[in-house]
Amino acid sequence: MKIIGLIIAILTGVLLLSATADFPIFGDPDSPASTHLSPYYIEKTMEDTSVPNIVTAVLADYRGYDTMYETAVIFTAGLACFIILRIFVREEPGDRLYRHVLTGVTVRVKEGAKLPPSDDFERIDTMWTPPDLIIKTVCRLLIPFIQLFGLYVIAHGHHSPGGGFQGGVILGASIILLAISTDLRTAVQRMREKVDAILCPVGVIIYAGTGALCILFGFNFLDYSALAPLLHVDPITARSHGILIVEIGVGIAVMCTMIWIYNILSSGGKYDEGL
Amino acid sequence: MGDLLQIIVAKYNYWIYITLMMIGLYAMIGKNNLVKKIVGMSIFQTAIILFYVSIGVKKGATIPILEHGHGEHGHSAAALIVHAVDYVNPLPHVLMLTAIVVGVATLGVALALAIKVHNRFNTLEEDEILAQIREK
Repeated sequence: MKIIGLIIAILTGVLLLSATADFPIFGDPDSPASTHLSPYYIEKTMEDTSVPNIVTAVLADYRGYDTMYETAVIFTAGLACFIILRIFVREEPGDRLYRHVLTGVTVRVKEGAKLPPSDDFERIDTMWTPPDLIIKTVCRLLIPFIQLFGLYVIAHGHHSPGGGFQGGVILGASIILLAISTDLRTAVQRMREKVDAILCPVGVIIYAGTGALCILFGFNFLDYSALAPLLHVDPITARSHGILIVEIGVGIAVMCTMIWIYNILSSGGKYDEGL
Repeated sequence: MGDLLQIIVAKYNYWIYITLMMIGLYAMIGKNNLVKKIVGMSIFQTAIILFYVSIGVKKGATIPILEHGHGEHGHSAAALIVHAVDYVNPLPHVLMLTAIVVGVATLGVALALAIKVHNRFNTLEEDEILAQIREK
């Protein structure tokens, strides 16, 4: 099998390399990809949408329909992970481990009994190891700034590199960092599964709902200039604001899907104890 | 020989992407471990992303964000004349931006399936899984 694979890979590679003879050379401004549609986008974006970042304008306005379904694909991927792996087991009356925060004494509570919730004791995993002081402190300091940066990337996507996808991934990574640096239980307390599962489709609905709102005003689906009377701005600025609204929807959907997939994968579907 | 070298240098982006892509393809076909196959799929995906982004490059052009002053919004700035040769092609960037995030999400699904397979067969080696299926 390995030799067959090698032969197939080499043959395909030679075939593809021979095809590059017809390809434009690297960095050619007159290549076919750069001559038909893209000059229109570059020259007209400012007139049409008043958004300086062409990538954001094309993503959420000219190709808004495509991006809406990309968001739906991401939501579906999160849902698929949930359906494949998630196990709902009633928590068997096993032993629970609690740790006294100040002294570090571990208490084992037998047969499903619970300690009353208090600040003195925290519940810990069966494979618990003491967290590293440096990692815990640095992550605690960094996570708020990472989240602030994520919000900046979403909100400033019109004028600088950024947008819903990138900002959503940064926000998701901040919660995943919390889960890695402490444990999954701490991260789930901040962001419960129910919140994840509700916010995921909410992001997609914000996107599709903005499009549907445009229909209600008598324009095409996702034609944000319809929102002008609602936002009290002229139609061109309305397209810029419409892009911001759908980017927020994309950001929410992407953030929740990343967290959801990580939590399900790392806990093997049980959603209690992870890495 | 000099001609061939010139062709390679002029189109080195295609050589890099094809090499990466074939590494991924070989990993998907030749490797026995399911996680290694998934890694191969990711390498394949990265090669295509590299290919698209390299197509958008224009020599002497800058990133596809139009020059704009602060405060002046919309129409006054729109009066500026923009030349397409000064900015790289934004379309491949748009397509790959979504492809990267969708790639991560589908990678998650692939890993979830791998975990499920491991729960069922207690192994991720393809030949051992096939042997277990044939036994039944």
